[in-house]
Formats: sequence, C-alpha cells, structure tokens
Amino acid sequence: MNNLTDYKNIWVFIETECGKAKNVGYELLHVAKELATEKGCKLIAVVIGNKIRSVAQDAICYGADSAIMVDGEEYEYYTTDAFVNAMATLIEKYKPETLMIGATNNGRDMGPRVSCRVKTGLTADCTEIAIDAETGNIAWTRPTFGGNLMATIMCPDHRPQMGTVRPGVFKKGAYDESRTGEIIEEKIHTPKEEIRTRLVERVNEVAESINLEEAEIIVSGGRGVGSAENFAMLQELADVLGATLGCSRAVVDAGWLPHAHQVGQSGKTVAPKVYFAIGISGAIQHTAGISGSDTIIAVNKDEDAPIFDIADYSIVGNLNEVVPALTEAFKAQKG
Amino acid sequence: MNICVCIKQVPDTNEIKVDPVTHTLVRAGVPSIVNPFDTYAQEVGVRLKEKLGGKLIVVSMGPSQAKEAIKSCLAVGADGGYLISSNKFGGSDTLATSYILSEAIKTIEEKEELKFDLILCGKQAVDGDTAQVGPEIAEHLNLPQITYALDIIEKDGEIQVKRECESGYDMISTTLPAVVTVVKLPYEPRYPTIKSKMAAKKKEIPVLTEEDMPALKLEYCGLKGSPTKVKKTYTPVREKNGIKLAGIPAEEAAKQVVQLMYEAKIL
Repeated sequence: MNNLTDYKNIWVFIETECGKAKNVGYELLHVAKELATEKGCKLIAVVIGNKIRSVAQDAICYGADSAIMVDGEEYEYYTTDAFVNAMATLIEKYKPETLMIGATNNGRDMGPRVSCRVKTGLTADCTEIAIDAETGNIAWTRPTFGGNLMATIMCPDHRPQMGTVRPGVFKKGAYDESRTGEIIEEKIHTPKEEIRTRLVERVNEVAESINLEEAEIIVSGGRGVGSAENFAMLQELADVLGATLGCSRAVVDAGWLPHAHQVGQSGKTVAPKVYFAIGISGAIQHTAGISGSDTIIAVNKDEDAPIFDIADYSIVGNLNEVVPALTEAFKAQKG
Repeated sequence: MNICVCIKQVPDTNEIKVDPVTHTLVRAGVPSIVNPFDTYAQEVGVRLKEKLGGKLIVVSMGPSQAKEAIKSCLAVGADGGYLISSNKFGGSDTLATSYILSEAIKTIEEKEELKFDLILCGKQAVDGDTAQVGPEIAEHLNLPQITYALDIIEKDGEIQVKRECESGYDMISTTLPAVVTVVKLPYEPRYPTIKSKMAAKKKEIPVLTEEDMPALKLEYCGLKGSPTKVKKTYTPVREKNGIKLAGIPAEEAAKQVVQLMYEAKIL
C-alpha cells in the first residue's frame, strides 16, 4: 500500500502507432478535463510512440495542461514489453493519482500488465467515469455479464487508480489551436533484448478504412438480412445517406462481413446521430454498443424483437421490402 | 510442449434474464458452462500437444462445483486438472486472482515435475468481461504475452500468433515460455465422446489450497488482497417510447418514418 497523498493529477494515455494517435486518447482528454476541473488538479497527456511531438501538441490543443512524451524507434509499433516498461517507469517517477487508458486491444493488453507491475487496481472497459462525492475517489462504471449488469468500482487504498475506457463512449472536445502547455520529454529506452515479442507481418483485411466510431450515420444489419448478397441493399441505403455500414456479431460469424464492421460488446461502441438496425433482434451484447446513438431506427419482422424497446422509430415488416422503400423515400426527400 | 490452460466456470450469460420488478439478475436455473473463450484456448492447446507431444494441464480457481468444468476439459483432451479453491481466495479481484493462479502454476510445475512452455487463457470471462487475468498472470511470472489470439502456430521452438487488430491481424512471434490469450480460432472446439465423458467423470480432481502453496502470501489474496472494490451494481434501463409502425405496407411505413425524421430535424 502506498502513501496516497503523494499521488497527484489525472493522466490520459494517448496511444499511437507509426506516429499517429488513436482517437480514444483525445476522447478521454475531454471527459478527464471535467474531472480534473472538479478535483482542481492537472490533466496530463502521456504519449508514447515514435516521432510524436505533434501528437503531444495536439493533446494539449484537445485539453491537456501538459504532456509527457516518450519518443523512440522501439515505440513505432505497440509491444507489451516496451510500452509497459515506459509507462511503469513514468508512474514510479511522477506518481499520478489517476490513469485512464483507451480500451483498445493494445490498451487492454498494456493496462493489466502495468497495474500488476505497480501493484494497483484496474477497472476494465469503463463506460462512465465520475468522482465519488464522499471519498473523492474515481467511480468507474462498466458493463458486466455481457452487458446485463452495470458495476461501479473504486480503488480506495492504492494509487494510481487505473481504468481502461471504451472507445466511442465519450466524444472528443473542440481542438483549440491557441492552447499552450509544456511538453516534457522523458528518455526511456527499452533495449531490444528486453522486447520479447516481434511483429512479423501486418495483414489489413479491410480495403478502405471503416471508421464506425466517428460515423454520423450507420446502417447496420443483423442475422435477419439473410445473406452476404443482401447487404448490397443496405449499402444502397447507406450510399444515399452517406452512411457507414455496420453489422452484428452473427453477421461476422456467418462470414458475410469482416470484423471491422462489427458493432456491440465484442465489436465497436458507436455513438452516431442516426443508427439503423436492420434485421437485428437487439441482444444486449449488441445494444450495449449502440446506446450512445441519438436516434435509432429499427426494422424487423418480429414484432417482439427487443430492439424495438430502444428504437425511436420502428417498422415491423419484411426488410427486403422496407429497406428499398426507405432508400427510395430518402432519395425522394433529398430531391 | 507442456501446456497449462486456465479456465473459468461461468453462468451462461446468454441465458441470464433481468427480473423486470426487482431489476436484479435472475441466476436461478442458469446453466454453468466453461467460459466459451477458454474452450478455444483448450482446443488450440490440445492441437499443439497432439502435434508436438507433452502434457496439457487445466487449472481453475473457484468453488468445488468448478470441478465439473475441469472434467469437461478432461473429456476433450486435457491430461489432468487442478482446482484452486479456498475460502481465503473468495472475493479476489483480477490482481489477487492472477497472483493466486501464478503461484498455483508454479506449484503444479513442481508436483508434475515439468515446466510449462505455454500458458493459455481465454481473452476474457463472459461474466466479468475484464480480460485482465491473463496479462496479469504473465506479469506475475515475468513471461512475454500475446493477447487477442486468433490462431497459434509452432515454428522452430517459437510460436507465431495471429493477433486480432483493428484493421485485420498481426502475426507476432515470441520465444517460449509465454502466455497467450485466445479470442477465437479458425475451427470449433471438439465435442467429447460418450467414452471420453465417462472416463473424465471418474477422474479425481486434486484441490490446491493455501496449504499446498507455502510461498503464497495470504495478504495478497481474497478481498483483502484486492485493490478494487465493487461499490454498487445495477441493471441498465433500456426502455424508450418510440413510434412503432406495424401492419402498414412497406412503402407507406418507410415514407412516414422518413417524413417524421425530417420533421424532427434528425436529418
């Protein structure tokens, strides 16, 4: 157990790859800014990567008071050993009170390893973050039991209090070019022989990049669509609306679309203005990933499909008729 | 190749319902299963063992009924299994659980007189959904880790892991021993036969407690050894009073919805 009062400020980890930041880091800066203001502490971005000074500056423009940067060739691509070494070294030196990490695959690879090394608590895959009024601790809230139950978790006696936070749940703040802040460069070198894994090859299975997390409109299909060929119908609707194509897990399991399109508990969490759920029954594993949508439109032939409980506009009917009709109606409306 | 597979017995979360009145989980009558991700870890482990020789041991921490989960792994190719169980371990969070499991793994290596080359876990348990125990075991044992595996291939005494990433997958290699957590495989786990099921049923599952692990420090176990505390749990509210069109021709329904959306300035 450590002396809690030695630990100060909120840190947000900004994940980078090939010198480019992943969005979730900037999303976390936005929510962390509110918490830092409430606590009266500093918000510090921690950037680890290769050639990342501009990322550190961007983090300040997105709301960080200052940034700590670990810049080196060995951080070009994520490796567990190098990133954990860098982060754990920084924690021991600076003693942050709170550390937030985006719950990407890499974030969820690094987070537990870091928390185990510095012997503190980590809450996984959070979707709400608040300050507990009574104790001042962070109250991390997360879905569990496949989204059936929400749990609020605290780390009262250990620091830093750590959480991984789901991408797409919080929105990025405004980019303010006029913001300035100190960028501290920490020289932490991880020697090659200490990095025990090696990237042999990267295979991109997605032709164009699919950015569901930032899409304003998503047209998503489920098992009810019936076949890979039928997704052409959804694509037409998406094209009329300038929307991105999504799907449920069943569709990926059936091999109709690649995993990059998957929305839900084991796919992407999305927060579009409009979400079309076509032939999606609405299992909690899927709806857990779309609850941030402003408006949900559901099309399903089963009148009792649970998706209708959370939809703003529901059409009970045969999607093979309804989807082309929607496409035509939007076309007509747009002129 | 000697392999340790860490498994967890979980309630089948697809069967869990929320009581509409009390807003609590209804767990009565919900079947216990081996965590689905762990069954993939077990399957890829068995395939590696069949190809390369060696022993595959299953480890699970939990109450005594978790022996059933271990037995179902014995029926599909595991050579042995241990249950890690004690009332001193109850209430453990991921840090405490991974500590106990890492100490148990060392104890099993001594008992079985072998060294594990590979420790496999499912990427996460479907009840807790944390995905933290695997990487934390790797940290306690100071081993390299690869998470989110879609396949594992052995090559010249090393392994190559197909690891899921945002745009596709990475091929990552590492030396052994190592910890790998598994998401899915290109094939499904095998089914037991009646014979293998019967044989597994008869097997004794040894139980390891703190008394079998003299190096185990109890202050790092159970509720006391867990930095995270659950403050409260609740079921999410998911009701909305939307507009529902039923029994109307498709074209008419589509027109109405589109019109309503434009009137509400959603588009």
